[in-house]
Amino acid sequence: MLKFDLQEMGLRKLNNALHDQKENTNQTIWEIINPKGSHAIAVGIDAPIEVNIKGSTGYYCGGMNKQAIINVKGSVGPGVAENMMSGKVVVEGDASQYAGATGHGGLLVIKGNASSRCGISMKGINIVVHGNIGHMSAFMAQSGNLVVCGDAGDALGDSLYEAKLFVRGSVKSLGADCEEKEMRPEHIELLKYLLSESECDAKPEEFSRYGSARTLYNFNIDNSDAY
Amino acid sequence: MNKMEKPTMPRTTPRYSATFSNDVNSDIRRAAATGIYDIRGGGAKRKLPTFDDLLFLGASISRYPLEGYREKCETSITIGTRYAKNPIELDIPITIAGMSFGALSGPAKEALGRGASAAGTSTTTGDGGMTPEERGHSTKLVYQYLPSRYGMNPDDLRKADAIEIVVGQGAKPGGGGMLLGQKISDRVAEMRNLPKGIDQRSACRHPDWTGPDDLEIKILELREITGWRVPIYVKVAGARPYYDTTLAIKAGADAIVLDGMQGGTAATQDVFIEHVGQPTLAIVRPAVQALQDLGMHREVQLIISGGIRSGADVAKAMALGADAVAIGSAALIALGDNDPVHEAEYNKLGTTAGAYDDWHEGMDPAGITTQDPELMKRFDPKEGGRKLRNYLKVMTLEAQTIARACGKNHLHNLEPEDLVALTMEAAAMAQVPLAGTNWYPGKPGSSY
Ligand SMILES: Cc1cc2nc3c(=O)[nH]c(=O)nc-3n(C[C@H](O)[C@H](O)[C@H](O)COP(=O)(O)O)c2cc1C
Repeated sequence: MLKFDLQEMGLRKLNNALHDQKENTNQTIWEIINPKGSHAIAVGIDAPIEVNIKGSTGYYCGGMNKQAIINVKGSVGPGVAENMMSGKVVVEGDASQYAGATGHGGLLVIKGNASSRCGISMKGINIVVHGNIGHMSAFMAQSGNLVVCGDAGDALGDSLYEAKLFVRGSVKSLGADCEEKEMRPEHIELLKYLLSESECDAKPEEFSRYGSARTLYNFNIDNSDAY
Repeated sequence: MNKMEKPTMPRTTPRYSATFSNDVNSDIRRAAATGIYDIRGGGAKRKLPTFDDLLFLGASISRYPLEGYREKCETSITIGTRYAKNPIELDIPITIAGMSFGALSGPAKEALGRGASAAGTSTTTGDGGMTPEERGHSTKLVYQYLPSRYGMNPDDLRKADAIEIVVGQGAKPGGGGMLLGQKISDRVAEMRNLPKGIDQRSACRHPDWTGPDDLEIKILELREITGWRVPIYVKVAGARPYYDTTLAIKAGADAIVLDGMQGGTAATQDVFIEHVGQPTLAIVRPAVQALQDLGMHREVQLIISGGIRSGADVAKAMALGADAVAIGSAALIALGDNDPVHEAEYNKLGTTAGAYDDWHEGMDPAGITTQDPELMKRFDPKEGGRKLRNYLKVMTLEAQTIARACGKNHLHNLEPEDLVALTMEAAAMAQVPLAGTNWYPGKPGSSY
């Protein structure tokens, strides 16, 4: 295991060292201490390594991640795992705004709550939040799955495309063109898988599914109030 | 005259209203019939104060010229000297602006790469991501980081020679993009991760940051991902150039791309194109002032775009303090857009060569702004690349001609003192004297 004191070594050295790891690296486990809310920790990794961050981080932790498993033993600032391509990011605490924004793949797990705009513009990522999420979550979400074990705030899934949203608790309000959909067996299977991958013991049957009503897909003046 | 006939009373000739002109009336009828605003491509078509309202003084007894062809007039430029390990070196200060794949066909992107590379300059991706055509044929490629993040991925990010964070475009400051369903081919749909055939809206704001303090952190993240190797530009519409330039510098930009309201777009509302933003002529001096106030002029490079057409425009932008310019519409025209050879087909589309702007509909007779395989075949990327190269060379020669006449051995050495304005408006906007006077409105020390 490699131990890295961020305050002592600095961000540039850390990310540089992480970027040096390639497919067949034998330095597979990294521990980062003293993150102290720094921004852009462990961004742009492209290797099958595990990075354990001991403490809370600032903006964009794990941004654009590929392959790596990043565990944050604390809370994260805005934009955790933004544009993630693959791999897994697990946050023990809470996440600020835009968690998993524009993510293309991989799994983001937030064990606490996530703030507003969780999963905004998501493009294939899976996001599982053990707690609640804030308003405008999954805004313009294109594809992927957002699973919320608690409650969702206002305007969930506004201007949604093809992403699937699953909420166990209440939804304060749905955004434009987002509607409740039928839970079919394949959705139960999908949830089973995502919940087990996220160490969450909620039951798939307890969730409701939301998706796009697809009425805004081609501009129509009669829908102009919804835009 | 027959005595029984009444003498005809004098009548006024039919008079059109300046307020309700034929153009305006047709807009009203179109709106009434369709219930939707007009969407089109291109830039502002209204008459605006432009670089045409400025003139160079040339040489005189006190300023001697350089000998054409014999005495050198340099044109090269380096962008990204502030923080990037690998700044971009260009032979000419004219770059190709970001134009989206989706709006343009793959072969059109290839032609831009070919032409720009042959002329020693860069091209820029656009909404929709990086295509192999463009990366493959551009020796210097700037990768746009847009609010939609369509196709954004770290591999392409690391293939880029520079990154351009797009905050806004001159044609639509504060507007997002749109690509109508008919242009969403399988390939475009796949790159953008959306179903085929639906209208694609690109967000107008970035999904994971707002405001200048966040921008600083976003720039840090992008630098960390790319190892501080490549320059990071920030592109903004010419709305509040002094403050936007100041904030972009503060956020850590290596270069600022400032796009005036004449700037083209692939598609947006006509009302947006014509009524929001400031003319290119008006935005250069405030931006340069901001750079100077922070001691960053020439350290953070300023790239001006929006209606640049000729070497004279290039020279004027640079004389006002820009480091380089970018062209979009002019590059498309060089490739063959709006060429009268297609007049019969433009007529079929209800328009005429020179006025065709329904680029969003994907029916471009020139095969440039389309995803239709049959139309695309009409366009030869090699031939297009050659024309663009020629055009870029001509613009450069023209700018050099002017610079030599002003006694300058580098285009950068052109200065506001080389210019006069033809109109009061241009004098005020460019802060150069009205021709024949030593005064411009707002000149420090003058009372009006
Ligand atoms: C067809 C077309 C597509 C464009 N696509 C983009 C884009 O994807 N991103 C962007 O920042 N600007 C885009 N622009 C704007 C150009 O980058 C540039 O700002 C503008 O064209 C400059 O003005 P000019 O056309 O008068 O040269 C586009 C312009 C055109 C004409």
